[in-house]
Amino acid sequence: MNRFLIADTSVDIGTLRETLLKPEAGGFCTFEEWVRQTNDGRLVSAIGYEAFAPLVTSEGQVILDEVRERFDIAETCAMHRTGYLPVGDLAVWIGVAAPHRCAACKVCRYMIDEIRRRVPVWKREHYVDGQIEWESVIMSVDVTGQPGPFKTGGGHAP
Amino acid sequence: MPRIEPEYFAQPGEQAGRRAETRETSVTTAVAFYEELRVAYGFALPAGQMRVAVNAVFCPWTRSLKEGDHVVFIPPVSGG
Repeated sequence: MNRFLIADTSVDIGTLRETLLKPEAGGFCTFEEWVRQTNDGRLVSAIGYEAFAPLVTSEGQVILDEVRERFDIAETCAMHRTGYLPVGDLAVWIGVAAPHRCAACKVCRYMIDEIRRRVPVWKREHYVDGQIEWESVIMSVDVTGQPGPFKTGGGHAP
Repeated sequence: MPRIEPEYFAQPGEQAGRRAETRETSVTTAVAFYEELRVAYGFALPAGQMRVAVNAVFCPWTRSLKEGDHVVFIPPVSGG
């Protein structure tokens, strides 16, 4: 089962959480990204998320496989929304269950950073004044096609 | 000449004015194909600031293309 979901409608988070209930887990950590009402001081009404779904799913699963290998965790899954999301809507959900709390928290942070760096999703800010703009991000790519460091050019970072 | 199937997302999709198409081309690599399309559609970003996926797998820009390949140019991502 692919545990990285891309969804064009709202997802029942309780169901995702239930998949992480493992007897070997003693700690559970979640991270949620919500659509915020401002971006760089401008009022936002919504964000439109566009994705290349097949590659989101496969690259997302690569990230999940990485954390299973590198950290002492019991189970994890994640979800990224697409479509038009008004302020307050859930855009990303990450859940990590681990034997100990430290790994659960650390893996949540690792996963959201890697999702933002590698997974092919693009956001388009819808501002209250009617303007609609793609978020500008500067990324470099090395000779093997891997992404290097990036920075946002006015990003909607949590 | 091979027919390639590019699909466009985000800014390149807007600049191309379409989501997908089938194009015949004489070029043989992903980077040369992007440069050809860049001339046709005026894509703003150079290849060095993007990634490319062929048949839904990330690959180097030097990847050769063959008949029926599905190509997606990946501008800087901004999920989350």
